[in-house]
Amino acid sequence: MSPTAKDKDTVKAFWAKIAGKADDIGTDALSRMLVVYPQTKTYFSHWKDLSPGSAPVRKHGQTVMGGVADAVKKIDDVSAGLLSLSELHALTLRVDPANFKILSHNILVVLATMFPTDFTPEVHVSVDKFLAALSRALSEKYR
Amino acid sequence: MVEWTDFERATIADIFSKMKYEVVGPAALSRCLVVYPWTQRYFGNFGNLYNAAAIMGNPMVAKHGTTILHGLDRAVKNMDNIKSEYAELSVLHSEKLHVDPDNFRLLSDCLTIVVAGSLGKEFNGDVQAAFQKFLAVVVNSLGRQYH
Repeated sequence: MSPTAKDKDTVKAFWAKIAGKADDIGTDALSRMLVVYPQTKTYFSHWKDLSPGSAPVRKHGQTVMGGVADAVKKIDDVSAGLLSLSELHALTLRVDPANFKILSHNILVVLATMFPTDFTPEVHVSVDKFLAALSRALSEKYR
Repeated sequence: MVEWTDFERATIADIFSKMKYEVVGPAALSRCLVVYPWTQRYFGNFGNLYNAAAIMGNPMVAKHGTTILHGLDRAVKNMDNIKSEYAELSVLHSEKLHVDPDNFRLLSDCLTIVVAGSLGKEFNGDVQAAFQKFLAVVVNSLGRQYH
């Protein structure tokens, strides 16, 4: 289920359209995740404010989307390109990999709300495959 | 029994009262067949499903999408008894149609995305949570009679 050459082109073209809104996408996806999947809040007990759009949520949304942007740039070898992020998630953060699927789903929902005409089924499948590859890359070093 | 808050009941009633079934149903099913192509296994007699354009333009897919979406009406009308509402349909999907119940989850994810696309900003986190909870209960009920 790895992204094909066509998937990669689709992702790069779509990313070009949405990159300007990356921060908003990150904030919204993270906000939604914390509301719709409350168990994810367990990773952020050190934040003062977990409400949608709060300062820590905005800041972290930016961080996450920065990682996604980087992955798009390195789309031809996501695993190699994200080696240090992979080690971070595996050894330091130790986020249960099931949560990558959850955040990916929320990113897709946000893309649907913000780009209803551009987020066609073909774009959806390519982005979904890309996010799955990204999640796999982040889980590489777990065990 | 599932506990529903007033907000959840109102949200579900609202979404479905404004629902354009003949648009959302076909969009959700065709998106599912494109994004999760293995789901096409159940539609061998639907004709041309060779690519996204064919799927999205396929009249049998459109008709079936509308049918499936109307199938949710029963749950909307009887949110306190979704499990018993779908007992028969669950048996049908298991014994006759032989559908892997994981497909219900895949379709409900696509439905969430289509509804998100049509409601835009209105589909905020609280609305999404209510909608996904509702679909999760339906999905669970449809899988319940499998053995």
